[in-house]
Amino acid sequence: MSTTTPANTGAHPVEQVGGQAATFVDQRLGSNRFLKRNLSKVFPEHWSFMLGEIALYSFIVVLLTGTYLTLFYKPSMAEVIYNGSYVPLQGIYMSEAYASTLNISFDIRGGLLIRQMHHWSALIFVAAVAVHMFRVFFTGAFRKPREFNWIVGVALTTLALAAGFTGYSLPDDLLSGTGLQIIRGILQAIPLIGTWLAFFVFGGEYPGGDIISRLYSAHILLVPGLILALVTVHLIMVWTQKHTQFPGPGRTNNNVVGYSLLPIYMAKAGGFFFIVFGIIALLSGLVNINPVWIFGPYTPDQVTAGTQPDWYIGWLDGALRLMPNLETVLLGYTISWNILIPGVIIPGILFTGLALYPFLEAWATGDKREHHLLDRPRNAPVRTGIGVMAIVFYGILWMAGGNDLVATAFDLSINAISRTLQVLLIVAPPLAFIITKRTCLSLQRRDRDKLLHGYESGRVLRLPHGEFIEVHQALNEKELAVISSKPDHPVLPAPQKADIDGVRNPNYRKDMLRHKVSAFFYGDNIPKPSAAEIEAGQHHAEEQAAIEAPLHEYEERDVIYNAHGGVLHHPGMPKTNAEQAAEQESRT
Amino acid sequence: MSKRDDASILPANPPHGEPKLGYLPVADIPHKPRVTDTDPKAARRAERQVAGMFILSMLLVVLFVVAFVTIDVTTVIYVPVLGEVGASNLALGLTFGGAVFLIGAGAIQWAKKLMPDVEVVQERHNMTSPKDDTEEAAATYERGKEESGFARYPIIRRTLIGALALFPIPLIVMLRDLWQTPAGANPVEILSSTSWRDGERIVPDIGHNTGENVPGIRPEEIPVGGLVSALPMSIKDLKDDVVANMRDRGKSAIILVRMDPEEIRSQQGEGWDYQGILAYSKICTHVGCPIALYEHRTHHLLCPCHQSTFDLADSGDVIFGPAARRMPQLPIRVDGEGYLVAASDFEEPVGPSFWERG
Amino acid sequence: MKFLSHRRRKPWVATALLAMALLVVGGGYAAVSSTAPAEAAMGSQTQVEEGKRLFLEGCSSCHGLEAQGSMNGPSLIGVGAASVHFQVATGRMPMSAPGAQAPAKEVIYTEDEIAAMSAWVASLAPGPAIPTAEQLDFADADVAEGGVLFRINCAQCHQAAGGGGALTDGKYAPSLMNATPQEIYEAMLTGPQNMPIFSDETLPVAEKQQILAYIDALQQAPSPGGLSLGRLGPVVEGLFMWTAVFAALIAAAVWIGIKAR
Repeated sequence: MSTTTPANTGAHPVEQVGGQAATFVDQRLGSNRFLKRNLSKVFPEHWSFMLGEIALYSFIVVLLTGTYLTLFYKPSMAEVIYNGSYVPLQGIYMSEAYASTLNISFDIRGGLLIRQMHHWSALIFVAAVAVHMFRVFFTGAFRKPREFNWIVGVALTTLALAAGFTGYSLPDDLLSGTGLQIIRGILQAIPLIGTWLAFFVFGGEYPGGDIISRLYSAHILLVPGLILALVTVHLIMVWTQKHTQFPGPGRTNNNVVGYSLLPIYMAKAGGFFFIVFGIIALLSGLVNINPVWIFGPYTPDQVTAGTQPDWYIGWLDGALRLMPNLETVLLGYTISWNILIPGVIIPGILFTGLALYPFLEAWATGDKREHHLLDRPRNAPVRTGIGVMAIVFYGILWMAGGNDLVATAFDLSINAISRTLQVLLIVAPPLAFIITKRTCLSLQRRDRDKLLHGYESGRVLRLPHGEFIEVHQALNEKELAVISSKPDHPVLPAPQKADIDGVRNPNYRKDMLRHKVSAFFYGDNIPKPSAAEIEAGQHHAEEQAAIEAPLHEYEERDVIYNAHGGVLHHPGMPKTNAEQAAEQESRT
Repeated sequence: MSKRDDASILPANPPHGEPKLGYLPVADIPHKPRVTDTDPKAARRAERQVAGMFILSMLLVVLFVVAFVTIDVTTVIYVPVLGEVGASNLALGLTFGGAVFLIGAGAIQWAKKLMPDVEVVQERHNMTSPKDDTEEAAATYERGKEESGFARYPIIRRTLIGALALFPIPLIVMLRDLWQTPAGANPVEILSSTSWRDGERIVPDIGHNTGENVPGIRPEEIPVGGLVSALPMSIKDLKDDVVANMRDRGKSAIILVRMDPEEIRSQQGEGWDYQGILAYSKICTHVGCPIALYEHRTHHLLCPCHQSTFDLADSGDVIFGPAARRMPQLPIRVDGEGYLVAASDFEEPVGPSFWERG
Repeated sequence: MKFLSHRRRKPWVATALLAMALLVVGGGYAAVSSTAPAEAAMGSQTQVEEGKRLFLEGCSSCHGLEAQGSMNGPSLIGVGAASVHFQVATGRMPMSAPGAQAPAKEVIYTEDEIAAMSAWVASLAPGPAIPTAEQLDFADADVAEGGVLFRINCAQCHQAAGGGGALTDGKYAPSLMNATPQEIYEAMLTGPQNMPIFSDETLPVAEKQQILAYIDALQQAPSPGGLSLGRLGPVVEGLFMWTAVFAALIAAAVWIGIKAR
C-alpha cells in the first residue's frame, strides 16, 4: 500500500465497508447531510449535565433487564402451590405471579441478579430524573426557549412514578399488595366516581382477579412506550436547541463552548453508559433489594409492620400518615379529605405547579429573553428558595413515610414523631425558603465584594505609619468571568393609576400585582458594581499591590506552597525557634 | 510493527499538544496541556491503561460464563461485610458488572487522556425562524386553506369536527366491561355487606385451610388479653375460588380480643361482646390495610400503614392518626354448641370510606 | 437442592440434643432413685421459699409483697411460671424504670434463681407453665405453614422478617432475631407487656411449633441477593440508593468532567 493513495481507498477494510454502508444509507435517506452538521456538534462539559444521562442510561438498563424478566414472569393471579427451591414457602398457595417471581429469584440462574438490577436501576432512574430536574430548576435551564422541554420532563417524571408503581406491585407479595390496597382506598375516596372507578380498575371488588395482568400491560407496554416516545422528543429538543452552559471565560449567551460529539462525547457518553450499567450490575451482585420471599404471598387479611413503598412514592404515603382525620358527610355523600388531600389534591397541585413554573416565573419577572447561559442559583434567590423549600417538603414527607422505622431506630414515639412532622411540614419549608434566600443574597454580596476588591487573602499587613490592612488578591480569569456573568433582573416598574391626561389605567391592578411579584423575585438582588466602581476598586487594589510589592519580592525568593489549604513543608518555610537556633549554631 | 505501518497510511497525527480537530482554541478560554500531550511516555502509559481495562473486561466475561455454568444457584457463601449471601448472584454480578464497568472506564480514560481536550466554540442561532420563512409558511397555510375550501364549506367543516369528536366514544364505551357487573350488582351494596350473618361460626385464620377440621372457637379458649385473627367459617366453601376467597378475606376478616368486661368503657351496640370478647373488623377504615397490632394492656389497635390508632375498649374510636371512622364492631354471641358466632352482619360498611357511604 | 435446609447450622439440633440429654439424665435419675418424687416435692418446696425470698428482695417494690400488684406493676397472681421465666431470663425484669416497654437487657439472676421465682409465682395460682422440651421441639414442624401463621399472627407487629416494629407512644415489638424458641413460646403463651396472648387453644401447640420453625428459618436465612440492609424494606433501600449508590454515580460523572492532568 502506498501513502500517496487517497485516504478513502487506503482505509482499513472495516472502514471501507463502513464507508460503503454510509453511502448506501445516504443515497436513500440523505443522512450524510445530517452527519456533516452533527458529528461535530459541541456539548459543554459539567458533571451536573450528566444527571440526565444517568436517567437515560438507567432507563435503558431497566428496559433490557425488564425484557429479560418478561421471559420468565407470569402476570397471573391464578392460584398455584409453590414447589420451587425456597423451602420456607414450599407447599404454600400463592398467585402464579408471586410463584414466578420466586422462580426468577431462586431457580433461574442469573434471575435474581437481573431482578435486582431491574429494581435498583428503577430506583436510580427515578432518582436521576428528580435530581436532573432539580439541576434544571436551580440553574434556570427551563427558561425560554426550553419551556416545552421542561413540560416534557414533568410528564416524564410522572410517567417514571407510574412505571415504578406499576412494577412494584407485580411480584404480588404481601408488601406490594398492601400498597395496592392503599391505592384502592385512594381511588374509592375520589368524589362521585371513586367507588365505580375502584371496581373498574380492579375488575370487581378488591382485589379481584385482574389487577396484576392490567398493571402488567401498563408496566411493560403503555408506560414504557410513552416514556420512550417522550424521551425521544426530549432529546431531539436538546439537540435542536443546543445544550445550555454555565458562565465562564469565553462563554456567552450566543455560543456553546465544549467538546465535539465525535470523538469526545461519543467516548464519554458511551463510556458513561457502560459505567452506569456496570455500577448497577455490581450493586445488584452485592446488595439485596426487595427480598419478596421474606414478605410472603399477598392476601388481603395479612400485613407486615414497616409497610412502606419505594422512595419515590414514600412522600405520598407520608402525606397520608400526617394528614389529620377530616371527613365530611354532605347530603348523604362522603368526602374523605383525609385521603383526598394527601392522595390526590397535593400531588395534583404540585405537578401542575411544576409544569407551569417556567410560565409563572416568566410572567412574574417579565423576562422574555432567550437564555442559554445558566443562572447561578444564588443569582435567583427566590427560585432557589422555592426549590429548597420543595426538597425540604419532600424530605419531611418521606421521613413521615418511614416514621415507624425512625421510631424504632431512634427509640422515639411514633405519635410524637408524627405530631412533630405535622408542625414541621407547615413551618420548615417557609423557614428553608427564608434561609436559602438570605444565604443567596449574602453570596451575592460576597460576589460584589470580590468584583470590587478581589479576594480577601487573609494576610494582614502593617503599614509603615502603623495602619493595618488586609491584602486583597485579584480574581483569576475564570472566577472573574463567572461572577461578572450575573444577569441584570430589573424589577418591573410600578404602574401609574392614570396617565398624564388623567385617563385611568385599565391594567392597573394586574400590573401592580406583577410589579409586586417581580419585586419579590428580584427586588432584593444585590446590584452588580458598575464599571466605574470596579475600576475604583482595582485602583485601590493596585495601590495595595504597590505597598505589598517589596514583600512579594521577599516571598518570591522562597516560594511557599499552599495545597488544599494546608502548607507543605518547604525549605523556605518559617522555622521554629529551636530550628533557627540549631542553624545559627551550625553556622558559627 | 505492522500495526504502526497501518497507522502511517492515515493522515499523520499532529504532534502532541496541538488540537487534533479543525477547531482552534479560542483566545479567551484558558487551556493547559496535559501530561499526555507533552510526554509521549505518559501517552503510551495511558494507552496501555485503556487497553488493559478492555482486556480485563473480556476476561471477566469469560469468568461470568464459567460462574454461570459452575456455581449452583442455591449455594451460599460467607463474605465479610455482606454476610451469608448467594454465591451465584454475587459472582455473576461482580463479573458482569466489572466487565461492563471496565468498558466504560476504559472509554472515559481514552477520551480524557488521549483525545483532544481543547474546548471549541460553536455559535448558537436564535430559535425564532427568520421572518421570510414565517411569511412563506403563512402564505402556504393560506393557500392550503383556500384550496381545501375549509373556510368556504361550513357544513363540511362542522360535520368533520363533529365526526372527529364522536369517533373516540366507542373506545371509551368499550372500557365499560373492565368490570363485568353481575346483574343487579351495585358497588354500594357490595361494599356495604360481608359474609357475616346471624349464626355464622367464627374460626381462626390459619391460611388456605381455614375453617376445615376446626369446629369454631369457644369463648373459654380466649384468655383475657388474648387475640385471634378470625374469619367466617363459610370461607372454607370458597377455598377453590381464589377471587371470592381473596375478596372475603379482604372484607370479612376480623380480630377477636378479650378484655376484662369492666375495662370495656363502651361498645358500638348493647351487648355486642360476649363476656368481654369483642369482635372488630380487621380492615382499617382509612385506606384498608389489615390491622391487628393490638396492645392488650392499652387496648389500642394500631395500623402499620399510616398509624391510625383505635381504642377497642371504647367502641373502636379513633384516638390517633388519619383514619376518620371508628373500627366497625361485629356483634357476637354463642350458639347452641357453645361456639362463638356472629349475631348479625356489620351494621356499617367495613374498610375505607366511599362517596355513597354517607 | 433445598435452598435453606442443606446448609442450615441447625441450632435446633443442639436444642433437641440438649433436651434428649436432659430426658435421659432425668429419666435415669428417676429410675435409680425410688424416693425421687418425695425429694422433688421437698426440693420444690425449698425452691418456692427461695423464690419468695428473691421476689421480696427484687420484685415486690413494684409487684407488691404478695405479688398482688401495685401502681407500678401488675399482679403476678396467675401469670404462671412461663411468664416469670420469660421476663427474668431475657433481662426484661427487673425493669430499670417503670414503663410500658420492658427492654431486654443483661440477665441478673442465675437459672436456679429464675426457676425458684417461677416456682413461687406458679404456686400462687395456676398459670401457663414453662414449655416442655417436647413442646419446643419443632424439628418436624412445617416451616412454610409456620410462615403463613407468622404472617397472620406475628408479622403485623414483629415485621415479616422478624426485625421488630413500632407500636404506639414509643412502645415497640422487639426484633425476634436473637430470641430463643423457649422465649418465643413463652411470649405467645403469656403475652408479655402489650403483646396479646395466643393461647394453646386458639393457636395449638403444633401451630406454635410451626411458627418456631419459621422464625428459626428467618434467623438462619442467608441473604441470597447480597448485603441484606437489615431486611427493613424500601425506605432503607431508598436511603442506601440516595447515599452510597448516588455518590458513586456522581463521583463517576465528576471524574468524567474533570480535566486530565
